[in-house]
Amino acid sequence: MISRRRLITTGLTAVAGASGLAAAARLAAHYGLIPPDHGGLYGAGETLTYAAHRLLTLHQPLAREFDRSQISRVAPVNGGPPDGDDYQRLLRRNFAEWRLEVDGLVARPSSFSLAELQRLPRRSHITHQACEEGWSFIAEWTGVALSEILTRAGLNRRAKFVVLYPFDDFWDSIDLADALHPQTLVAYGMNGRELPAGHGAPVRLRVTRQLGYKSVKYLSRITAVETLADVGDGLGSGAPSAGYSWYAGI
Amino acid sequence: MGVLEPHSALVRVTHWVNALSFCALLVSGIAILLAHPRLYWGETGALGAPSLIDLPLPLLLKGQSGWGRSLHFLSAWACVIAGGAYLLAGVLSGHLRRELLPARGDWRRAAAHLRPRRPAADDDLEYNPAQRLAYFAVVILLVPAMIWTGLAMSPAVTSVAPFLVNVLGGQQSARTMHFAVACALVLFLAGHVAMVALSGFRVRMRGMITGRRALGAGGA
Repeated sequence: MISRRRLITTGLTAVAGASGLAAAARLAAHYGLIPPDHGGLYGAGETLTYAAHRLLTLHQPLAREFDRSQISRVAPVNGGPPDGDDYQRLLRRNFAEWRLEVDGLVARPSSFSLAELQRLPRRSHITHQACEEGWSFIAEWTGVALSEILTRAGLNRRAKFVVLYPFDDFWDSIDLADALHPQTLVAYGMNGRELPAGHGAPVRLRVTRQLGYKSVKYLSRITAVETLADVGDGLGSGAPSAGYSWYAGI
Repeated sequence: MGVLEPHSALVRVTHWVNALSFCALLVSGIAILLAHPRLYWGETGALGAPSLIDLPLPLLLKGQSGWGRSLHFLSAWACVIAGGAYLLAGVLSGHLRRELLPARGDWRRAAAHLRPRRPAADDDLEYNPAQRLAYFAVVILLVPAMIWTGLAMSPAVTSVAPFLVNVLGGQQSARTMHFAVACALVLFLAGHVAMVALSGFRVRMRGMITGRRALGAGGA
């Protein structure tokens, strides 16, 4: 038999639990702890992982860096460069006419040629990159900090995400914690040479604290936005509709 | 050591949450592994680089790892939350100390206990030495090792705590150890299910589902 007292206690606990959850959800949304792919069967797992990582990395620690002697001899790529006409034409002319567009929530929408990017303050790091399949390599990446580009364009305070459009279909987005992280590069060099076509020429993103697929290759445009809800299918990147997580800090 | 209490509601609920999570973790872990069934030692490894072990499994490039990883993390969170509740309650109630902490001489007694002999449903009213050692190893060693080696593969987590991966010898070493500990847990599961089946499947299952004493007639 369930006693009245037990019933009341259970009811009160359930109400407290439900309102606690609701309060937690509101707080999490306010502090940007909810990923765009928070819905669906796996949404709770995605949200817990993303929120836990964001709370753990509030102080923006750097991903591990390595010695030059640890650079991998083998650095495979999945798939080749885009075969679209626009990209192939740029590739043939060594990206002389290529420009990186920066727009959205910025005071000064701008565009940068490869030479202009290379004149901005140069940063390098030797970091580990793991593919979601399980393999990994260490390489040296050289480029300009994404934060430098965003600052020059005058990033608006309302911006919460940066959307990255490449020449292929693998568009993606990152939150400001990653966009402004000191190791996050728009990279034009790899292991002391210009970025090979297969690794994302002319420039690719390098996000050091997430799996390789977040380091978008073949960049063409960067857009700062307040919400991802009206970008594409609203899930933050092409990855979720293909079955992959938007956040891949793992 | 007193007579084993009926399994508490908390032990029963967390047991079944963990049982379900474990199956989901195993299935999704295999799905993830099939995207690259090669194991390495050190920081890095890829096709074209020397491997430690090439597992005799098919390499499925076309996407089982996406849902695999999502399910893996969802069930890992369920496991961690249920396991955390179990541990906290176990420490507070003294269940872990009384029933799980191996007693002196358990190794010798466990060896004797494991000689071929069919345990009966009313065999013992408390965890026997072999159970104590096995459960203790799972709760205190294997599951924490699983979480540790899992976290050591995360570039975000290791940016906060680099030692997690550095002491293991690298990200690929952590991946290899994650696989090895998973194999040990599967062995435990096989032994655990076999013992339950041998000692009276229905009675033991009833004990873990309803909490009633696992004894047929004279039970509490």
